[in-house]
Amino acid sequence: MGKVVFKTGDDISTDIIYPGRFMATVLPTETPQYAFADDADFNKKLKSGEFTPNSIIVAGQNFGCGSSREQAASCLKGYGLVIVAKHFSRIFMQNSINLGLQTVICPDIEANEGDELEIGDNFVLNKTTGKKFNSEPLPKARQAIIDAGGLIPYTKALLMKRAGK
Amino acid sequence: MAMTYVQKVIAKACGKPSVAVGDVVEPEVHLAMSHENAALVINQFNEIYKETGLDAKVWNPERIAIIFDHRVPAESSKTATNQKKVREFVAKQGISKFHDIRGDEGGICHQILPEYGYVRPGKVVVGTDSHTTSHGALGAFAFGIGATEMASVWTLGNILNVEVPATIKVNVTGKFLQHVGPKDLILHLIGKLTAEGANYKVLEFHGEAIKNMKTSGRLVICNMSVEAGATSGIVPPDEETLDYLKNVAGVSDTIEIFGPDSDAQYVQTINIDVSSLSPQIACPHTVDNIKPINEVSGKKINQIVIGSCTNGRLDDLEAAARILKGKKVARGTRMLIFPASWRIYREAMHKGYLADLADAGAIICNPGCGPCLGVHQGALGDQEVALATTNRNFKGRMGNPNSEVYLCSPDVAAASAITGVISDPRVGG
Ligand code: SF4
Repeated sequence: MGKVVFKTGDDISTDIIYPGRFMATVLPTETPQYAFADDADFNKKLKSGEFTPNSIIVAGQNFGCGSSREQAASCLKGYGLVIVAKHFSRIFMQNSINLGLQTVICPDIEANEGDELEIGDNFVLNKTTGKKFNSEPLPKARQAIIDAGGLIPYTKALLMKRAGK
Repeated sequence: MAMTYVQKVIAKACGKPSVAVGDVVEPEVHLAMSHENAALVINQFNEIYKETGLDAKVWNPERIAIIFDHRVPAESSKTATNQKKVREFVAKQGISKFHDIRGDEGGICHQILPEYGYVRPGKVVVGTDSHTTSHGALGAFAFGIGATEMASVWTLGNILNVEVPATIKVNVTGKFLQHVGPKDLILHLIGKLTAEGANYKVLEFHGEAIKNMKTSGRLVICNMSVEAGATSGIVPPDEETLDYLKNVAGVSDTIEIFGPDSDAQYVQTINIDVSSLSPQIACPHTVDNIKPINEVSGKKINQIVIGSCTNGRLDDLEAAARILKGKKVARGTRMLIFPASWRIYREAMHKGYLADLADAGAIICNPGCGPCLGVHQGALGDQEVALATTNRNFKGRMGNPNSEVYLCSPDVAAASAITGVISDPRVGG
C-alpha cells in the first residue's frame, strides 16, 4: 500500500531523474539529495521527508531512458520510493533490480497524485478509483537477484561458492 | 539452430553450441570498460568482498579498461578526488588499459577502445556507459551496464542474467547524397523506431550502404542505437573491420570473423534506402523527435558544438573544416569543437583542420566529453539554443533545463555556424 506522490509522463530520462552535473556524487548515501534536482518543488518535498517509504511515482513509457548512471536508481531507492511505470528502459530497470529499488511494470496504469495503490504480485489496484490493472511479473533470473537482496549479496554468494567457502 | 549474429557471439562466450532468444545466460566478458564512474564501481566491488575473508582482486586486470573522459581535467575537487581514488586502485590491481588525463593517449572511452584495438569482433564488451553500444561497429556484442553490475563483472568475469535478445535486421541500401551521412541515417532510424522501439533488442545492420561505410561511420550508428532503446547495435564484421583493426588500431594478431546464419530469425526487418535521405535534425527534448532539415531551417542558434563520442572523429572535423575554411562563425553564435581523442586532435592539427576552424572563430576544446553532458564546459544560458553533433537532447542535458538542444551531423553544424541559424549544407556552402 502506498500513496502516489508524483506523476510523470513518457520518456523521463536519467538527466531528469539525476542531472549529469551531480555525477561526481556517487555514494548511495549521498545521491538522494539530487533526485529530480531540476524540479525544485518535488526535490524539496523529497528532502523535507514528508513522504513515507513505499510512496509511489507513477510514470509513462520508457522511464529511466538515457544514461547508465546508477545514481538515478540509488537516489530514488534512498527515499524508499516505488516506481510504477508503463515500462522501463533496460539499463535503468537492471540497475533498480541490482540495487533493490522496487519497480512495477504496469502497461495500463491509471492513477493520479494522491491516489492510494495496492501492489500485488501481478496486479496494481487503485484503491481510490477501484480500478485494477495487470502488472508484468519479472523474469525468474531477475527475481533471484531481488530475493538475494540485490546484486551485491548475490555476487558475494557466487564468489564464496567459487572460492569453495 | 539458425542464429542471428548476437546469438552466435553469446553462444561462443558461454561455450555453448547455440542459444535461443530469451535464454538466460552468463557469458564471459572480454572487455569491461569504465570511466570516472569507476569510483562507484570500486566502492561496490569492495562491498562485494567485505567480510568474505578473501583478497579483493579483480578477475583479470588485462580485461579491464578505465578511461578518464567525462570531466577532464577535473572541474571540481570532488571529481579530482574520485579520479585520484581510481588511479590508486588501477595501480594496486595492475590494470593496464588505463587512459589518464594525458595529451598523448587520452580521449573519450568510445574512441579510445577502437583506436587502441581493445575491442575484438565476436566478443562480449560491457561498459558503465550507455553508449557502449558503439563497439558493435567492430562486431562486438557491446552494451551498457550500471556500476554495481560492473563490480560483479570485475569479481566474476561473467555478466550475470543476460537474456538473449531478439534482433531487428536493418537493411540499408543506396548511396548517400553529398553532405548526408551516417548521422542522418541513424537519426532517421530512431525517428522511425521511436525512443523505445528497440527496447531489449539488438539492431543488426546490413546492406550496401553499411558495406561501403567506414568504421568511423559505423561507430556513429552503433553509438546512437541505444537512443532507440536497443541493447546493442551491431555491424557484423567484414573486410573494413579487419582493415581498421590492422591499419588504424595496429592489431597484429589473427582475427577470426563470422556472420549471422542466412536463415536466422529476426523479429522485424527494416529497409532504408539512403539515396533520397536529407539531413535530419533531432528536435528538443527527445532524440526521436526527428524532422528533415527543411522543417527547422532558419532556427536561431546560440551555441554550436562539434564533438563527442558520436561525431568528434577526424572525418567529422574534416567535413567541418572544409565548410568553414575561409569563412567566419556568425556573430551572436559561438562554436565549440571537442575532438574525440588526442590522437584525432593531433591528426586534425597536422592536417590543418584545427587552424581552419580556429581561424573561423571556433573554440578548440580539449578532447573529452566536454559540453555533451553539461558538467564541464559550454553550459547554456536560460532560453538559449544549441545545435550539436552529440547524441542526446534531453531536457537539461547541456547543463540547463531552461535551454534547448538540437542534434545534427557535422556538415549541418558547420553550415549553421556560418549563418547562425539552422542551415542546409547542400545549399550555398
Ligand atoms: S561524449 Fe557524451 S555521450 Fe559520449 S561518453 Fe561522453 S558524455 Fe557520454
